[in-house]
Amino acid sequence: MRGTVLKLIIEVLIYAALVLVYLILVLHFLVGWLTQLSTKDPTVYAFVAILLMIAQAVGLERLASSLVQVGRPGRR
Amino acid sequence: MFFPISGVHLDPIYLVVIGFVIGILGGFFGVGGSFLTAPALFAAGLPMNYVVGTDLAHIVGKSIVAARTHRVLGNIDLRLAGIMVIGTIAGSETGVQVIETLKKGAQVDLVVGIVSIIVFTGIALFCAWESWTVLRLTRRTNRPPDSTQNRKQDVTAIDGFAKAIQRFTLPPRVSLPHSGIESISFWAILFVSFIGGIFSGFLGGGAGYIRMPAMVYLLGIPTHIAVGTDLFEIIISASYGTIRHAMNGNVDIVIALVMQTGAALGARIGAYLTQYFTGPLLRLAFAPLPLLGAIVIAQRLLGHHHS
Repeated sequence: MRGTVLKLIIEVLIYAALVLVYLILVLHFLVGWLTQLSTKDPTVYAFVAILLMIAQAVGLERLASSLVQVGRPGRR
Repeated sequence: MFFPISGVHLDPIYLVVIGFVIGILGGFFGVGGSFLTAPALFAAGLPMNYVVGTDLAHIVGKSIVAARTHRVLGNIDLRLAGIMVIGTIAGSETGVQVIETLKKGAQVDLVVGIVSIIVFTGIALFCAWESWTVLRLTRRTNRPPDSTQNRKQDVTAIDGFAKAIQRFTLPPRVSLPHSGIESISFWAILFVSFIGGIFSGFLGGGAGYIRMPAMVYLLGIPTHIAVGTDLFEIIISASYGTIRHAMNGNVDIVIALVMQTGAALGARIGAYLTQYFTGPLLRLAFAPLPLLGAIVIAQRLLGHHHS
């Protein structure tokens, strides 16, 4: 039980570190462009926004899954 | 951190934590969690028009993560979700139009608020009574209410009601083998999703707290599959809502993306936790949720009244 909790904490910490780097790097560069787009072309902004959300959701889900796989014993 | 699209300063850690908490609830109960996210974002200083749109965008991301986990667990009925999307979008549009019509008259907030409080309280009390009855009966007969291996045989205290709806003969009839339903009228599914959609248009958010119990009690869908399918259906209906709100300048996607980093983790944890709960236990745990929604609305109404 203690091992499982420890593994979970390590996974969450790795996840948090990776997400922090992602937020600083990617969103920092996107903010200006998205702000301009939201005022100049709301229709394009709407589709870019939903695509970004879907891409991030799939990406983070894959990242979390791969972290769980790394944590499992007996992984090839 | 400054978010230039909405022009507000918000703490990103606060956003991630909100996302994480709502993510757990969403993954576990199959709800969007707007009744908690909306007041939390509004209290942080986000204008109300951005609250509604941004929350919808965040719901899309969270539901994708939770639905993928539920799909792995075999909790999604794609055919059912496909039919429900039609009803939800139509209902949502109707709900928005009804609100616009009511706006022309006085006291629209009061009328919608009081109706919502009555409906939410009713759902919460009914879910609590029903699941408690099943748990008590199964404890007496000493047999588990449903095993995680055989979720298609979920038990409710009012099985007869769902069976009566399944006997409704208006064609076309569809088969839902994944949910263990041999044949049900297409119109019954459409009607249930349409009602959920109306509430979604009325109150914003995904209205999962109406649709999830409606799927279980009215259509006879097993609880775990209702949770997973509702999440899948929310992806499509919330995406539609996000695009519509973004076109009207009501979405700060950067805030939604920050929130979603916490929600992604929470939604996975919530979805996995459903494995350890039987159908009636899930429904019993769900019961306080609509009640919480009712309290939030009552608080808003009292706030309006005082101001």
